[in-house]
Amino acid sequence: MAILFLAILFPFICAALVSLLHKRLRRIAHLGWFILPIPLIIFLFLIQYIPQIAEGKTLIHTYKWIPSFHINFTTYLDGLSMIFGLLITGVGSLVILYSIFYLSTKESLHHFYCYLLLFMGAMLGVVFSDNLMVLYTFWELTSVSSFLLIAFWHHRKASRAGAKKAMMITVFGGLSMLAGFLMLYVAADTFSIRGIVATLDIVSQHALFIPALICILLGAFTKSAQFPFHIWLPDAMEAPTPVSAYLHSATMVKAGIYLVARFSPIFGGEAIWFWLVSGIGLITLFWGSFNAVRQIDLKALLAYSTISQLGLIMSLFGLGSVGHYYGYADSTLLYTQASFAALFHLINHSTFKGALFMMVGIVDHEAGTRDIRRLGGLMALMPITFTIAVIGSFSMAGLPPFNGFLSKEMFFAAVLAIRDVEAFSIADIGLLFPMVAWVASIFTFVYSMILISRTFLGRFQPERLDKKPHEAPFGMLISPIILCVLVVGIFLFPNLIGHYLLQPAMASIYPSFPSISELTPHISAWHGFNMELVMTIGVVIIGTVLYKTLKSWQPLYRLFSQRYTFNAYYNQALSFAESGSTKLTNRYMTGNLTHYFIYIYVFFIALIAGYFIWSDAMVLRVTRDAAVESHELILVFVMMFAALWIVFAKGRVTAMLLNGVLGYSIAFFFVIFRAPDLALTQLVVESVTTALFLLCFKYLPDLMPEQKQRKARWSHVTISILVGATVTLVGLAVVHYERFESIATYFNDAYELAGGSNIVNTILGDFRAFDTMLEVVVLLIAGLGVYTLTKLKPRKGEADNEN
Amino acid sequence: MKINDVILRTVVKAVVFIILTLGVYLFFAGHHAPGGGFIGGLVLASAIVLLYLAYDIETVHNGMPFDFKKVAAFGVLLATGTAAGSLFFDKPFLTQAYTYVEVPIFGEKGLSTVTLFEAGVALTVVGVVVTIILSISEDE
Repeated sequence: MAILFLAILFPFICAALVSLLHKRLRRIAHLGWFILPIPLIIFLFLIQYIPQIAEGKTLIHTYKWIPSFHINFTTYLDGLSMIFGLLITGVGSLVILYSIFYLSTKESLHHFYCYLLLFMGAMLGVVFSDNLMVLYTFWELTSVSSFLLIAFWHHRKASRAGAKKAMMITVFGGLSMLAGFLMLYVAADTFSIRGIVATLDIVSQHALFIPALICILLGAFTKSAQFPFHIWLPDAMEAPTPVSAYLHSATMVKAGIYLVARFSPIFGGEAIWFWLVSGIGLITLFWGSFNAVRQIDLKALLAYSTISQLGLIMSLFGLGSVGHYYGYADSTLLYTQASFAALFHLINHSTFKGALFMMVGIVDHEAGTRDIRRLGGLMALMPITFTIAVIGSFSMAGLPPFNGFLSKEMFFAAVLAIRDVEAFSIADIGLLFPMVAWVASIFTFVYSMILISRTFLGRFQPERLDKKPHEAPFGMLISPIILCVLVVGIFLFPNLIGHYLLQPAMASIYPSFPSISELTPHISAWHGFNMELVMTIGVVIIGTVLYKTLKSWQPLYRLFSQRYTFNAYYNQALSFAESGSTKLTNRYMTGNLTHYFIYIYVFFIALIAGYFIWSDAMVLRVTRDAAVESHELILVFVMMFAALWIVFAKGRVTAMLLNGVLGYSIAFFFVIFRAPDLALTQLVVESVTTALFLLCFKYLPDLMPEQKQRKARWSHVTISILVGATVTLVGLAVVHYERFESIATYFNDAYELAGGSNIVNTILGDFRAFDTMLEVVVLLIAGLGVYTLTKLKPRKGEADNEN
Repeated sequence: MKINDVILRTVVKAVVFIILTLGVYLFFAGHHAPGGGFIGGLVLASAIVLLYLAYDIETVHNGMPFDFKKVAAFGVLLATGTAAGSLFFDKPFLTQAYTYVEVPIFGEKGLSTVTLFEAGVALTVVGVVVTIILSISEDE
């Protein structure tokens, strides 16, 4: 299905168009109205495939990209990617609608929407790609676009710092994931995820299998803000609220979860996978909810709550991986339900957390602050916003009649079931699972209550607000209302989602199971008076008590010293790395050009001459050499004369002209040896560089005789002679070097292979076109570098305007 | 001291056209004879540099009101664009296509997407060389 490829490409094309056309479009209406149809179209396009996917079909299409390296652009649509695709485009549409009213037209909207579209395309690319390298590319692109979006208000220092932190941590994880992907490639000899699943028996025996697992999990954990990498998410809240609602709660942070779900058929049976995913998930769940209670900024509270909920979903996938260990059996169904609950909660979390973020955005927009110490009593002033907050928070706390209740109950059922598993030595600490889950749920309940009561209940304090708060415009309320309708709707008709979305996604997570319809439990709101319900009732009772007595136990948080937080460690590590690398770099970057040349030449001699001597390739025989003609000898003497004279030249211009003599003589050699292309290039390059030198010399002082010590001088002479000798000897030796296969056949058949009879050009434009393309890019970067270095430096006396 | 450069200017006026023609010829000759995008671009750039040497920046800029940074960027876009273009025809990245067409008067001629790729290379070379030389010479 080639059209899926277009669905990924579509946002990118639109992003380019937005940057080109924004001036014209802005005059007509808010730019967001032109962006809104883009995710909507993709959303509707995806929806029409739901029935097919629900029947168990998958759509796949391959574009050959770099087949020689097994890198192909394979798009793959199955149940799992369908859920994510719908989330990305669905929440995307709502967020864009919301942003139209949230962001004023005075902001640089074209940047905002351009980055947002880039992100959307990248995210679709992540979930629709089957090829690991393509997936990785899009993965890093989501980090980059997230960086740009967090730093959207880049005049604020906190925005830039938050963006940098998010980038550092997620890209660090991304790079380790790349290493993991490469290890998997070594083990499986394919970059295709389906290919790896198909050859799992061989792959899982490979020595690199476990290291690959850990590296890939690092990528997933950093992206999904799992403990202890969660520290970037609260700082990322400096982004505009639509971005927080979209990237940092509904989509990007779920990319790590997607990765875990996608790879659980591959790694699912391993004990270390189970312990890492479910263990880290549970720790994150607890730590996030525990820390959310102490926040005073509404967005920070939601950030920690997101961290905690991501941990919940992550741990559920970990518990579900037990199903892979046992294989298909009736008893397994107890454990696969954990994965089912994870998928279900994934959707539910996106609905209620999206609504909550938008609600906080509205409060921030209309009341001018997100500080809960200054807010309160907004219920009467903002009744609709209050309703949204209640629905979202109750769903988050796991109360009926909202969708969060259903998935929370299933979560309790899963942690209760895991006590009895006999694999992975779970039995020893099996009781810890339900206990941690229960305690974390109590904290979740507490912060959900804080969110509602501190904002909307209590005493209204108009004197502490900068603005006079009032209900938001209707347009801003549409998106959260739609999400709230979904929150209630999913509670009422959960099996609709269960059948059409979750069941096919279960088939992607457990591809080896023959019958998938049994994996789908019937979700019901009332399932008897069982342990799960008791736990929920306990959460409500103890949660209420804890909330009422909040003042008496909140000082507990002060016991945690600020010096030992993960943020402090991160900052220390960062400043240590900075000062350490500065010290190291300053040791050899002396600013003295002569030193740099010494490094380069010594390295060159060691590497090239060293290799030739080490491998016995330094063979000097004259049998194959052509006879030396007299005019060649004359040229050689001219060059030797010029080269020696340069060393003793008094002025820069003289030295440059002598250097020109050398260059033109080389061009002559090219002519003699019948290489007209090279001769032409050499001549023009020589002319242009001479012009460049002339320009540069204008700024340099007169050449002064260098004051050097005798020792330094002799070491320089030695290095120069060694370099000359290396080049000469290697030049003579390569004639006899026959360890590589000859590539002459390419050049003999150039006309058939590349349609050109000029060999040099077929090399540049066809055989080695990749090199040429990258060289062109490097050339551009170099040109821009020279331009920015000379043009954009601050004038003397002008302040450094970075801040 | 005012430099008398009447001779230089007069010569340059004539020579620039010859160099430019040579550059264009080299660019198109590339496929079967010496030449190609890189060398063609370099020759074109050297012609422009020669103009800058003989005349002042203002005069040349009036004659050629291009931002050479953009020329270079466009060149890179063209080169990478033709490289990626093959993906749309279900062919690996960087696949080049060529065909022969019968053109009236000129006879049979080859048409190739390599020419587009090479045009990108040439434009980048022109843009970057002129950008570098201009930014260094303008820096006071």
